[in-house]
Amino acid sequence: MIRLLVGVVVGLSAFVTSAIAADPVEIGIGYLRRPAVKPALSLVEQPAENDGVAGARLATEDNNTTGKFLNQHFTLEELRLKDGDDAAKAAVALADRNVGFIVADLPADALLKAVDAVSDRGTVLLNAGAIDDRLREEDCRTNVIHAAPTRSMLADGLAQYLVWKQWKRWMLVVGSHDEDKRFAEALRRSATRFGAKIVQERVFEDTGGARRTDSGVTLIQRQMPVFTQQAPAYDILVAADESEVFASYLPYRTWDARPVAGSAGLVPKSWDAAQDQWGAVQMQNRFLKLNSRRMTALDMQAWTAVRMIGEAVSRVNSSDRKKVFDFLKGPDFSIAAFKGQRLTLRDWNLQLRQPILLVDGRMVVSVSPQEGFLHQVSELDTLGVDRPETKCKLY
Amino acid sequence: MWRHCLVIGIAVWLAGTLPAGAFIAYVSNEKSNTVSVIDTDKWTVIKTIKVGQRPRGIEFTKDGKFVLVAVGDNDTIQMIDTATQQVTDTLPSGPDPELFVQDKAGKILYVANENDNTVTIIDIERRARLGDVQVGVEPEGMAISPDGRFLINTSETTNMAHFIDTAARQVVANVLVDARPRFAEFKRDGSELWVSSEIGGTVAVIDPAKHTITTKITFSIPGMRKEAIQPVGISIVADGKTAFIALGPANRVAVVDAASHQVTKYLLVGQRVWHMAFTPDERFLLVTNGVSNDVSVIDVAALKVIKTIQVGELPWGITIAKQ
Repeated sequence: MIRLLVGVVVGLSAFVTSAIAADPVEIGIGYLRRPAVKPALSLVEQPAENDGVAGARLATEDNNTTGKFLNQHFTLEELRLKDGDDAAKAAVALADRNVGFIVADLPADALLKAVDAVSDRGTVLLNAGAIDDRLREEDCRTNVIHAAPTRSMLADGLAQYLVWKQWKRWMLVVGSHDEDKRFAEALRRSATRFGAKIVQERVFEDTGGARRTDSGVTLIQRQMPVFTQQAPAYDILVAADESEVFASYLPYRTWDARPVAGSAGLVPKSWDAAQDQWGAVQMQNRFLKLNSRRMTALDMQAWTAVRMIGEAVSRVNSSDRKKVFDFLKGPDFSIAAFKGQRLTLRDWNLQLRQPILLVDGRMVVSVSPQEGFLHQVSELDTLGVDRPETKCKLY
Repeated sequence: MWRHCLVIGIAVWLAGTLPAGAFIAYVSNEKSNTVSVIDTDKWTVIKTIKVGQRPRGIEFTKDGKFVLVAVGDNDTIQMIDTATQQVTDTLPSGPDPELFVQDKAGKILYVANENDNTVTIIDIERRARLGDVQVGVEPEGMAISPDGRFLINTSETTNMAHFIDTAARQVVANVLVDARPRFAEFKRDGSELWVSSEIGGTVAVIDPAKHTITTKITFSIPGMRKEAIQPVGISIVADGKTAFIALGPANRVAVVDAASHQVTKYLLVGQRVWHMAFTPDERFLLVTNGVSNDVSVIDVAALKVIKTIQVGELPWGITIAKQ
């Protein structure tokens, strides 16, 4: 590979203008990740050890393929926190090594610590892993770009489809952890916004216990129908279970024969291994070749974040982080990410606008925004918190 | 088989009796894995040819003996014998071929391989691979300069038009364009290279000598959100005065004054318009409509859509020649 690169560079400099023969533009990108991957109920959905960072690696390769024609070179500095590590210290350590851009897969609080620790250094963070709305609202920061969608974007993407499908009566089942409650809150907001009705809410208490047992499904098969019986008339059961405690047990086990959506069944996501529209097959193939596994939503969010930097660097032809960041925030920035249309940043909170895929684990069922949900600026702004409602004040 | 012979027999007989202006169009249907053959006198499909998986790029060979069709999921280019209208051979294209272009003499074929960032060079007569050139991520659009000296390849994720010296087989210049460049087309006099950016929503007009963008053509359709305007296929008439640009999910073909680079008209066609080809006399332009499964016929002088022809599922590419 090295030899190949050298060959290309020599080949180029022999033919092309002298500007290209100058020192390459070097761009170091940090990748800061949380200590542990969250376990899933389903064995097939168990996140890989390199979930997320694998997408960042592919994007670095893609940036370098482009970079060899522009005399730009990208490196990825990976840093994984251990339990108890301080995200702020890690971010400072990356900034000390002159890393201008840090792609972060961190929980909201850790992300804010990291952001605030390097804000006076001019370091820009790209949030690839946290979907919390508050990071784009009351806790928004001037030096964070959000490549991950928000909870409210995911909930709105799902709600638009359910309303289009005329499944407007929801039974909402909420887990007992904070993030489950936050997802439920987003779903309630979506229901109100798009005209669905939550006919009843139930809480599924996490009483602890192992996710996998040798006794297996016998017990679950008895629990789930009982848990869902005596419900008022409803069209679809919507589950809010980001903590992966119960939602995946619900499909085919509800008392009434009803479909399931939310954290299981029909799930809203930024990306899926089954996505094959809009040239995505090339992307899926490239990812599979590099990582010997399929591409997840987190992989895609990290890929997009790193590609956004690459795209901006190629346009400004400079490693000056201010120039690059200004371009990213400016009106000329857009990124192609296999979603059928250009993705741009919301200038009021630096959130990447993006379509939301609705997937069932094997296929992409639909992509929101749905037809007919109109908006005066961009139909993508029918997903999530819009400008008039925002609590973010960047400037 | 009997029926096939009969159909071919009739086709051959018809060909003999038709006026000199009779042309034949081959349309690749990405989803049905077929090629529809259209008689441009009757504007009807006269035959449907089974081909490999996911046919997209399609082109007559210069001698008219074959129609080449890239079947991406079979990693090859199939050759349809135009006399028998059957697939008779294949070319070693490299993985996932999509679009390709021939040199002036029709001897060498340049193929964009989306999956491994290369352009493959093939000797058509010997059906042999001559080599390849490394380009950007997801190569797609292909064009050759009228003087034959430069091959243009666009790479969709790198967002560039690569200029490849056809003698040295090396990249000699790169022009950065807007996001997801899908198609490249020269003016016949070689004075301008046009590159469409599907996601960027623009067409870059490039000075091929200076390797710089001289202007960008932009589009605006009242009531249409700008994300839906996704330029793909480009055709420029021989005198270089008028150009047509397919706008994808905007369901329109833009008519452009090729001197001033201003859009003069939008023609409503079918859904998700992809690619296009002129009849050899340039009286008609045929465009493929991916989602509505048909081909629209545009009267080039009148600038009107005069006909719609139903073809297979998800029509993508089109090539037209004399019968």
